[in-house]
Order: sequence, then structure tokens, then C-alpha cells
Amino acid sequence: MMDGPIKILVPTGSLGAGAREDEVRYGIARGAHAIATDAGSTDSGAAYLALGISKNNRGSVKRDLTILMRAAADAGIPLIVGTSGQAGGDRNVDWTRDIAVEVAKELGLRPKIALLYCEQEKETLKRYNGAGKVRPLPPLGALDDATIDACDHIVAVMGPEPYIAALASGADIILGGRTTDTAVLASFALLKGASVGASWHAAKIAECGGQCTVSPAASAGVLISIGADGFEVEPLSIENRCSPESVSAHMLYENSNPFLLTEPGGVLDVTDAVYTQLDARRVAVAGSVWKHQSYTMKLEGAGSRRFQTIMLIGIQDPHVLGDVDAFHDRMLAALYDRVHKTIGPAAGDFHISLRMYGWNAVSGDRPPPGTPAPREIGVLFVATADSQEMASQIAKACNPYFFHFPVLMDEELPSYGFAFSPADIDRGPVYEFLLNHVVELEDPMELVRTVWIDMAQGEVA
Amino acid sequence: MVKLKDVCRHVRSKNAGPYWVTFDLFFDGPEKFRDYHDHPALGPDTFQRLYGADPALVRHYPVPSLNMVKISHARISPQGGVVERDMHCGQQFVRLLDVELT
Repeated sequence: MMDGPIKILVPTGSLGAGAREDEVRYGIARGAHAIATDAGSTDSGAAYLALGISKNNRGSVKRDLTILMRAAADAGIPLIVGTSGQAGGDRNVDWTRDIAVEVAKELGLRPKIALLYCEQEKETLKRYNGAGKVRPLPPLGALDDATIDACDHIVAVMGPEPYIAALASGADIILGGRTTDTAVLASFALLKGASVGASWHAAKIAECGGQCTVSPAASAGVLISIGADGFEVEPLSIENRCSPESVSAHMLYENSNPFLLTEPGGVLDVTDAVYTQLDARRVAVAGSVWKHQSYTMKLEGAGSRRFQTIMLIGIQDPHVLGDVDAFHDRMLAALYDRVHKTIGPAAGDFHISLRMYGWNAVSGDRPPPGTPAPREIGVLFVATADSQEMASQIAKACNPYFFHFPVLMDEELPSYGFAFSPADIDRGPVYEFLLNHVVELEDPMELVRTVWIDMAQGEVA
Repeated sequence: MVKLKDVCRHVRSKNAGPYWVTFDLFFDGPEKFRDYHDHPALGPDTFQRLYGADPALVRHYPVPSLNMVKISHARISPQGGVVERDMHCGQQFVRLLDVELT
């Protein structure tokens, strides 16, 4: 291990979210040995993996990469990025690679870049599955080949080993595919021999950047210092601070179990961790334990099987708002009836839902009796069918009823507030995650491919 | 009639991967934590009633050092499905606030 703790500068919760130059300068001045950040997550849904696209716009990612690549090059320390391009599929990595190469050229840098790919061929996974190496995580059941075939893209979520190997081979910049947030941030400290439990725990605490601080809006990033027995965390903004509560509470975040975090090759157990205020801004943590397990990688697969078309109306008519639930039920029944009569069996196994925004759209539950009428509602119509064309036809068939549906059958037909023309919007496929499984491996590198771009070796295409 | 919102200083919900949702209930001090964190009204049946959760897939983790309890359950429809109404589950906590702890 190096003399003293290993210091990792985590500039932001996600590449493109907005690294701050002054914070990065502060972290470098505090002696950071590496800059590490993830660049994505499954949180925003399956579309980004299924389509191989980023959630962040190109300009945001380029801006952050410019700040971080310049700082890392000036300080002579590595820049480590995981889950590139939001989903970490091969296309997401390549999109990020192109931006990084462009930035390097603009800054006159010649870094050695390691690209870590972890997207999987369907036939490869079928082979592992056939050999009994794939097992489900609750609530899903055993994997079948049809589910593998239904995925557009599948990634195996990497641990720190491919990063450690790339760092050991002299990478200046690592752009990884899908990786656990923690592995990206822990990799450098693990390479340098810091406490394994502290490395993983520090990485979990820092995974969302300033989220583990007292004022998350005031800091984009944090600095974690990992030693032989524990770690320290401090905000990169000198106005902000960490408290034992802000740090320990982050272990809870987006994690179904507050004490255990399963990672490739082991489990982080923080049951006995102790959080201590070190000074006004820093918190020290000790007692984190790493328990080795057989090596597994989690599989994430995204695909689409159905399509949607939507319409939106606004309603202020007090007669409708006096009994929104009854209006909803009668309109929904009328829309189904309309599709059966005008399209018939050709509509297939279609689905219509009406989301009453301003009333109960988020839950779908019935508000309790006596709930005051809202001032207005927005009604979102969502038709789902086996093809985009059919979803579109269903919406068009429903359009006049949706637009004019009366409260009383003998009244003049009302017209509700459409916002757009044409009123129906083809939303595209319904992207879903289809896998919640792990694959058991002998070797952490088995499903990973490393590609090098050495910009010191001349022009990159 | 004590409701959850009367004894917690903060309640939040969030997706925990595409298949699970997790609720963090931060009680207002150690007494309220002690008195209410394992109240039967915060058990699996309530999550079945409010969210349609399978009671066998509801997990309950008290964290005394933070006076909080984390409750996680498998989503009845994975994130982003046909009937998705709250992609990140960030609004799911609201239905818990009025749960009565009698």
C-alpha cells in the first residue's frame, strides 16, 4: 500500500450531472490519487440499454469530461468512468469513447484509454444458462432462452477486476461498460491495497457524489480517503460538511437492505460500522467488513414487446370534477367498447388506461370519500398494443369519445382541452428490464473485453 | 389517532433496482422509533393492501442507530411496464403517511 490513505476524488454522482471545476481543484489540492465516477444507472428505465443511448445530452457529458480529463492529466492521475453512456452497453461505451477522444484532441492530450466492454451475445448466455450457471434473483424465476431472445441488449455488470487490470496496465483513462457504482469507485483503492471492506463501503457512500453530505445541493462531489482500517469522507465544497447521519443514511439509499450490499465476488457488511465526526466537515468510518463469496455478475437485459400511443386532455368542467372516479369508469368502459366495435378482434390483446392527473394518476387508487374536487385535471390516455400501428389505430378510434365524453348522456357534447394536433402521439415501444439473474463465473474477466486506444501512438480514427 | 406522518420526521421511497421498491421511515427520535418501528400496521399486510405487494416478499430492516426502519418489497410490475405510473417510485411513500398506528 502507498504511504497514507488512498484518496479518490468523486466529482459528481453521474458523469454529465455537472462536475464543478473549483471542487475538482480542491480535491486535487487535497492529494487525490485518482478521479472516479459512474456515468449511469438502471434508475431511469430500460430504454437506455435497449436503445444504446445516453440519458444525458452530449454537451453535458463533454463538459464534465473536459473538466475531469484536464484535471487528471495536469495532476498525472487516472480518470475512471463506469457505466458509460447511462446503460453501459457497447453502444453506450462507444458514444462516450468518441466524446473522450474529441476532448483529448481539443485539449492536446494523448492519453492511454482502456475501454471495458461487458455486453453479451445471446448465444453465450444460453450456453452459461444451459450449463446451470445462471440463477434468478427474487422475484423472478429461472431463465429461459425465449427471455434471452426477447432482449435487445444484455450486459453483465462488472466488478472492480477489469478496472484494476487496466490501471495496472497503465491506463490514463478508463471508460467502462455497465459496472456496479461501488466497483468503479473502489477499484483504485483495491489495487493499492487499502482495506477491502473500507474501500467498498467508501465507494457505496460516495456513489452519488454530494448526496452523502448535509447539503446535497451545495456539493457535486466528495473526497474519500481509504486507509488500512477505515475511511474518511469530506465534501469537495468547503462550505458544505458531512455528518455521521448524512453519511450513514446514504447506505440506505436505493438499496433494499441497509446493512448488506451484494457485489461481484462478495458482500459488504456494514452492520457494525461506526461513524464518527472527525472535524467540522469530515466523517470517519470504521468497522466495514467484506465477506468473500463465489464470483457472480448480475445480468441486465432490456427489450420491448409492446407499443403505446398516448393522448392528453385538460378538464376544468365542474360537472366532471364533481365525480372524477365515476367519469373515469364510464369513459374507460366506453373506450373499450368503441375499440371492440370499430376494430374488433384485430385489436388483439390491447390495453387502455386513463391516468387522472390532479386526482389519482400517480397511485391509481380511489381517493377517500369526501376528498375535495380538484380545480382541474389532466387525463392521460395510454393505449398499449402488440404493434405501434395498432396502438395508433386504437387511439384514433378512441379520439372522439375521449375528446367529447359527456357527464350526462342527454346533454350537449362537451369538448375537452387538447394541447396538440394531431392529438395522438405514438410513444414507441414499452422498454422493460427482462432479466434479474446472476451468472456464476470462474474468472472475473471471462465476460469482459478490454480494448485499448493509445493516443500517444498517433492519430485515432 | 396517531398516523405515521405524526411520528416520522422524514419518509421517502425509491426504486431499488427495477424489481424492488424501498421505503425509508425516519422516526422523530428514539422514543418514537422504539414505540412504532415494528408496529403491526407497518407489516406486510399493509403493503399488500396499499401496493398489492406479495406479503412473502416484504422485508423489514430496523436501523436503531438512525431511528429508522427500511421496508422493501418486490414491485408487482417491474419498472417501466405497461401500467407504470411512477418510474422511480419516488411518490410511493405518500400512501404510507396516513397509515394509522393505534
